[in-house]
Amino acid sequence: MTDQPPATPSAAAAPTDSSLFDYAPAPESRAIARLKPSYQIYVDGAFRDGRGEAVKTINPATEEPLAEVAEANAADVTDAVAAARRAYQGSWSTLPGAERAKYLFRIARAIQERARELAVLESLDNGKPIKESRDVDVPTAAAHFFYYAGWADKLGYAGFGPNPRPIGVAGQIIPWNFPLLMAAWKIAPALATGNTVVLKPAETTPLTALTLAEIIAECDLPPGVVNILAGGPSVGQALVEAPGVDKLAFTGSTAVGKDLQRSAAASGKRLSLELGGKAANIVFDDAAIDQAVEGIVNGIFFNQGHVCCAGSRLLVQESVHDEVVAALQDRLRTLRLGDPLDKNTDIGAINSAAQLARVRELADVGEAEGATRWSPACTLPDRGFWFPPTMFLGAHQASRIAQEEIFGPVLTVLTFRTPQEAVDKANNTPYGLSAGIWTEKGSRILWMANRLRAGVVWANTFNRFDPASPFGGYKESGFGREGGRHGLAAYLEGEL
Amino acid sequence: MSLTLSQPATAGLADAGRDDASLRRFLHGLPGVDQVGAEARAAALATRSIKTTAKAWAIDTAIRMVDLTTLEGSDSPGKVRSLCAKAVRPDPSDPGVPAVAAVCVYPDLVGVAVEAVRGTGVQVASVATAFPSGRAALATKLVDVAEAVAAGATEIDMVIDRGAFLSGRYLKVYEEIVAVKQACGSAHLKVILETGELVTLDAVRRASWLSLLAGGDFIKTSTGKISPAATPPVALVMLQAVRDFAARTGEVRGVKLAGGIRTSKEAIRYLVMVNEVAGERWLDPATFRFGASSLLNDLLQQRHKLATGAYDGPDYVSID
Repeated sequence: MTDQPPATPSAAAAPTDSSLFDYAPAPESRAIARLKPSYQIYVDGAFRDGRGEAVKTINPATEEPLAEVAEANAADVTDAVAAARRAYQGSWSTLPGAERAKYLFRIARAIQERARELAVLESLDNGKPIKESRDVDVPTAAAHFFYYAGWADKLGYAGFGPNPRPIGVAGQIIPWNFPLLMAAWKIAPALATGNTVVLKPAETTPLTALTLAEIIAECDLPPGVVNILAGGPSVGQALVEAPGVDKLAFTGSTAVGKDLQRSAAASGKRLSLELGGKAANIVFDDAAIDQAVEGIVNGIFFNQGHVCCAGSRLLVQESVHDEVVAALQDRLRTLRLGDPLDKNTDIGAINSAAQLARVRELADVGEAEGATRWSPACTLPDRGFWFPPTMFLGAHQASRIAQEEIFGPVLTVLTFRTPQEAVDKANNTPYGLSAGIWTEKGSRILWMANRLRAGVVWANTFNRFDPASPFGGYKESGFGREGGRHGLAAYLEGEL
Repeated sequence: MSLTLSQPATAGLADAGRDDASLRRFLHGLPGVDQVGAEARAAALATRSIKTTAKAWAIDTAIRMVDLTTLEGSDSPGKVRSLCAKAVRPDPSDPGVPAVAAVCVYPDLVGVAVEAVRGTGVQVASVATAFPSGRAALATKLVDVAEAVAAGATEIDMVIDRGAFLSGRYLKVYEEIVAVKQACGSAHLKVILETGELVTLDAVRRASWLSLLAGGDFIKTSTGKISPAATPPVALVMLQAVRDFAARTGEVRGVKLAGGIRTSKEAIRYLVMVNEVAGERWLDPATFRFGASSLLNDLLQQRHKLATGAYDGPDYVSID
């Protein structure tokens, strides 16, 4: 498959056609990804074909098949959970923390050593721009392993009692928007606290997780400590229902999260959920406007808006609405959409046909509701799944595009007049994952932050992630925290 | 002469320079600059990858934007003539290399430079107004300017009174610029903010607007005598200022970055910033300049490398 001439999406094009300073294509080589014709699941320390379907994973930027993946079935889930149980009881849960830390440090270093390969592979499989996979996803994944490696021998000092105990076998299901990074968020704290893991990556983006399995194998982790199963919803369901699983951790949509919580009810399984969001990015008239505009762009167009904490609702004070919108439109005209492997690409491909259909549907709803749709002049490649950066002006709190998570590069612009109105409107959503505040007034930041019902509140920045900082939701955005000292609690007995 | 008359160019902002209170109200009413955010934006722009044809275009454009500069106590007519020869034909072996925009010298050497570049299209710029400190009486500064202009300088690089600016005497700074602009006659005025002494980006934004309101044709970062000189976040804020000024007045003013820019890589990153922050209409020597001395040789070496695939080494470009 790798020797096929790769289909190349048209090079990243600045939205204006007659450009004086025309950036020549600067593509990262796809050979760096060391793409294999087929990928296997990783169970009990060995790679093998899953007994489910063999599925082709595609490049969403071209619709070209990348590799065949032998997906798991329910029997593979049973095997993986049994292997994880044996590893848990065999040695892992009683291994001194300093010894577990050595493995985690080793994984972190190995991710760094293979950073370019993982970045290119991630961009091929997911469609995200190489500058993001290179500068955010992969380094942050390594940082997560480094961070939790540091906790492994200090758990007695983390504030959970002198001898906190692991829970057991963790079943973890992760989404397609940050495939490697979400795997790191899930695996690192689980291992640091002495749990073993069965992880299922999303069906459209299994390649970096299966490459992480290679790294884990090369780091000589004892068999069964980490098992990685490719597969679709049925594999996820089997993992949720597996009797040997003690803890479930899920990141994904609120609808699936609710089903999962029903399935897990009264099963004795511990549960943490990181679900959807409809975050408000609140811009006051005394904000540093240029930086606020950057924050709005970063908030909603980072990763094509495929971010659960995306700042998808812009709440801008009425007195600066026109100024902010004009500046935002000017800024959007400079965004470069195209080949995810081009180092100058700002907006990559939508991950799947299904997601593109969802984004299109809600954008059409926005228009039907009477909001004004605006995108910069922008040529979309002929093949692959693409959606232009889009904003809706004149939307209302009652609009569906102001209430429902679109999970795409679509910004809904709303206004407010007073700080209290901003808080009321920001909180007026079933979600509560994140929020952003833009003002030069420090006291207002604190006043707002105390009233916003959101797990993460960013002030004068947005979409900043650090392993030391806990992340998680309120309300229908889920419960449990990942990252930081708080992230340990999700994997310790008697906590959360 | 009435110094408080605002320039016709700034219609709509006419009241800003009426008196100290109006000027202060206007400058302090500008949106703040978040240092962290500005640095992040500048760093993100620096990750653009400019290759092949784009790089070739950028190198030639950067050469055309250089104000080739010598500002030393030891400058002599011989040194200035040597610099002028380089400015007119940066690479004698390759007539395809464009001339630079201007040479920049002290006022007493303007005559030598004018003679050396006559008929070539290369402009002669002169620093004036008690460069680099600006610590002299206004009358002295105006004589300095008048002499440079009389000797044939077509561009004047003045320094603002940073002491007055930092102590909040904005009108004094404004009035000096207005007076110098008047003394310039038809010569273009570049106003040096000396951002390394202003320190904060809020101050850079206010000084930029103050200089534009007072009639500066260009705003310029630095004298080159103070460190730090031109930095990416400072350039970002100044480019935003000319962009916003043009949006409000319809007048396109220029930005000159000076001091510490030595490599083609840095120059190309700044061109990316000009392109994406101010807009491509600023990608012209009439509206963007690099004040530099050693940058030109690096641009020539990179140009040669791009054309031939090999570096020819520092002995193949002239040391002037």
